[in-house]
Amino acid sequence: MSSKLPDAEALLPKLAAELKAHVTPATAMIGLHTGGAWVAERLHPLLGLKDPLGLMDIAFYRDDYAKEGLKHDPKKTRIPFEVEGRDLLLVDDVLYTGRTVRAAMNELFDYGRPRSIALVVLADRGGRQLPIGAQYVGAQVEVPAGKKLRLKRAASGKLSLELEETAGGE
Amino acid sequence: MASNPQLNANGELQHLLSIEGLPREILLQILTTAESFVGVTEREVKKVPLMRGKSVFNLFFEPSTRTRTTFEIAAKRLSADVINLNIAASSQTKGESLLDTVANLSAMHADVFVVRHNSSGAPYLIARHVKPHEHVINAGDGRHAHPTQGLLDLYTIRHYKKEFGRLTVAIVGDVLHSRVARSLIHGLTTLSVPEVRVIGPQTLIPAGVAALGVRVFHDMRAGLKDCDVVVMLRLQNERMNGPLLPSAQEFFKNYGLTADKLALARPDAIVMHPGPMNRGVEIDSPVADGPHSVILPQVTFGIAVRMAVMSIVAGN
Repeated sequence: MSSKLPDAEALLPKLAAELKAHVTPATAMIGLHTGGAWVAERLHPLLGLKDPLGLMDIAFYRDDYAKEGLKHDPKKTRIPFEVEGRDLLLVDDVLYTGRTVRAAMNELFDYGRPRSIALVVLADRGGRQLPIGAQYVGAQVEVPAGKKLRLKRAASGKLSLELEETAGGE
Repeated sequence: MASNPQLNANGELQHLLSIEGLPREILLQILTTAESFVGVTEREVKKVPLMRGKSVFNLFFEPSTRTRTTFEIAAKRLSADVINLNIAASSQTKGESLLDTVANLSAMHADVFVVRHNSSGAPYLIARHVKPHEHVINAGDGRHAHPTQGLLDLYTIRHYKKEFGRLTVAIVGDVLHSRVARSLIHGLTTLSVPEVRVIGPQTLIPAGVAALGVRVFHDMRAGLKDCDVVVMLRLQNERMNGPLLPSAQEFFKNYGLTADKLALARPDAIVMHPGPMNRGVEIDSPVADGPHSVILPQVTFGIAVRMAVMSIVAGN
């Protein structure tokens, strides 16, 4: 297996071009904290959407609260447009178990009833535990056992995908 | 530190009993989490599923509709089940001990006990005896502490003033009997507020309060000078004609917050009050309803702060 990871920066314009073909007047974008927000902040200006970018932290909708509690300080969810009737692009960095996306959809429906939701991810590493798939995928990435695929952002704003040791699993 | 009864073995918040002894990081964690919950309470669906299936028991050994209601709203917005018990009116009058009451409720599978008691230390006693998965939140014990009120005051200050590092905060009135004042002073000093003042007549300022790192003023005008935040305390009715005070009118003249006294504070000063207010005793109506007043936002923030505390302790 090649351990070469795709270049996150090169995936962005490719994703944007793919998305652009499907933008409707009702399209709006929401990025998931933290990595998905970074990706969304890069994609959003390339699509010419009329509404500002929405950002969501799914901490209050996680399914592992009973086991894990609130381990990190949640960011504030800010959705500066009406969700009702919109075509939403939900953006995350890495798609893995699908649990984050499940939580995000539950949260979204507490804001309203979108007309559609499409999932946009920079990387899909497989390993789904829920029936969830992404409509727009930057790259499929194989991740060796015991490793975790993480998006990093440098001080310059440059995005990169990196492998990390899993500290006690996810 | 080794035996802080509020923290678990990992240093996480297990119970909220007092702001005293809470590390700065935990105070900030609560305030930051509360900020996210403020967002939730502004939505059309003001509820998150976080504490679905958990039970919150409000144990009020001393009546307080207001505090109990805010805890109830907070728990419901977290999707927890809430059971309200006014114990003053039930078992205790039949002679059941505090710990027997709690053991009985624990057998009904509680996750969080919110406790208000007229004896200082009662929530500590309960916290020492609950099971590891049960959590205690102090909603006011005697004259000792009222940590969620102190936290919502801190939240309000941060909301309007952004940072704590350069502020002058005055706490005015009956500091002696106020559990709110005590909690707030500990919070402000932990968050490095450079100047905390207490203002009041000698009879209502506890001896030794200066040891907490505050400046004491008996002249309100001198004490308000250049303050960024003015926290008015409630003068409890039963004290007004007691031996510590001449009369409510006299108190208002010296320590009531009026527009002309407030003019000595900074032009962008905020005025806070934990409620319920005695208009014309500790605060004048034009000030309570005026542009500096943030008394009603405090109530709104209080719900988000209680959501934060409950969801943090119940998850640890």
